[in-house]
Amino acid sequence: MDLSVQIGSLRMKNPVTVASGTFGYGPEYGELIDINGLGAIVVKGIAMEPTMGNPTDRMFETESGLINAIGLPNPGFLGFVDKYMPFLRRHEVPVIVNIWGRTVEEYERIAKAFDTVDGVHALELNVSCPNIKEGSAMFGTCETSFRRVVEGVRKQTKLPLIPKLAPNVTDIRIFARAAEECGADAISLINSIPAMAIDIETRRPRIANVTGGLTGPAIKPVALKLVRDAASVVSIPVIGMGGISSAADALEFIIAGASAVAIGTANFVNPNTALAVIDGISTYFETHGLSAISELRGTLRS
Amino acid sequence: MESPHIAAEVRPGQFVHLKIPDLNDALLRRPFSVFKADDRRLTLLYKDIGKGTHSMTRLAPGDAVSLIGPLGTPFPRHEEGSYPVLVAGGYGMAALYLVARDQEVRGTAFFGGAADQDILCVDEFEEIGWQVIVTTVDGSLGTRGLVTDALDPWLASEKKRLRPEFFSCGPNAMLQAVAGRALENQWTAWISMDRSMGCGVGACLTCVQKVKARNGEGWAWARVCTEGPVFEAKEVVWDDDVDS
Repeated sequence: MDLSVQIGSLRMKNPVTVASGTFGYGPEYGELIDINGLGAIVVKGIAMEPTMGNPTDRMFETESGLINAIGLPNPGFLGFVDKYMPFLRRHEVPVIVNIWGRTVEEYERIAKAFDTVDGVHALELNVSCPNIKEGSAMFGTCETSFRRVVEGVRKQTKLPLIPKLAPNVTDIRIFARAAEECGADAISLINSIPAMAIDIETRRPRIANVTGGLTGPAIKPVALKLVRDAASVVSIPVIGMGGISSAADALEFIIAGASAVAIGTANFVNPNTALAVIDGISTYFETHGLSAISELRGTLRS
Repeated sequence: MESPHIAAEVRPGQFVHLKIPDLNDALLRRPFSVFKADDRRLTLLYKDIGKGTHSMTRLAPGDAVSLIGPLGTPFPRHEEGSYPVLVAGGYGMAALYLVARDQEVRGTAFFGGAADQDILCVDEFEEIGWQVIVTTVDGSLGTRGLVTDALDPWLASEKKRLRPEFFSCGPNAMLQAVAGRALENQWTAWISMDRSMGCGVGACLTCVQKVKARNGEGWAWARVCTEGPVFEAKEVVWDDDVDS
């Protein structure tokens, strides 16, 4: 059985990674689980310059989900390379760096900066964070801006490039196609769904940013539908995510068309989730006489 | 709870991140200070105040629960020559028993609460040699008032002969009050902060607290789950976005 997935030059030995922002930069979970067991690790979003992120409160628990507005606090390019790359280089797990900026030029600069960093295997392009004031979300919801940023970044890096799509668009297929046409090696989806909650006694929003992004099991059915839509129009690999907390969830995404999946909010609940999902996928493949991801991917029956 | 690995390693002020069974629509684990520990067992102190803690009341001997721990930065030992003073508000005494047990000098503990049913475990602190002074807002036990209404006169009379070092856990307003008294007098105060948490291990950046920046200019975020929950009071930056 071979569960590996190829994304440009990046080879994942199994189809399971972690969603940016839910796994820190590696060391946070490195003490709890064997991160070398993952297909890849996606670190929290990095911009060229350090940023502080949003005021508190930053997270609120809803029915089967979480709303968060962390606001992409980040140590900056140099801070990240200096503080976290030595740890990541000591591990064999491939590293996907999630990058973001406020302008096309900022995206290009950070992509170019990472192009020559030893130990970085791919870049995920965060064009869909709902929680920062300028830029990022617009690049994920306006096709023209989306194309400009993907094309611009593509010229700056030879690393596999994975734009992460926003769920809150009229037709996700437009963005999936645009990513492929602009030279992306894969797409990942979905980012969190814009959401809010209110304390009726104080009439204040539950999080300081007023709105945030919903994640967790609550969004899984939405994510699954969007993954199917996106996968139906591209030939590049799709990394599916949104509320996955078991192997059964992951297998649904693969049947819907995903080549790989990412575990997000479930890491907070059980840090071992991604490894358990890998085991569960293996067992399913064995039981069903499957020997490669491609034999299951996109096999939804009518 | 039987948990030999965590029990043997836990230090005063550290916490465990508990997955509450049968609370399936609430995803997150809940952090609990470790109240007591021997080499095999942990004791947590909680009150039935919400969905999660209510669900915990249905746990029976023999049930299994999932814990991550021990987590967080512990309280240090008190400095030589200082006199340890515990200040607990609400259920803050839950984080202070191991502090009390591990100090070389038995000191004085101030417990404050809304009413007598909020004042827990006085006997257990007294049994290990601590003097416990109780205040309640409604006067149903001990002195009527806030914990500072008992602390201030005590400090006024005792500070001539001893140098207090505070170990405190409770609502932010109380922690800030303790911190203020320590800073005015150049005493050391260690405070354990309670913020709602996501992952508990430093990844999600939810439970952040403003602290003084290392370069001495302005502030930086510190993770309550990792750099905390115990902070030295003089490091903490208090402002309006911290709920009391």
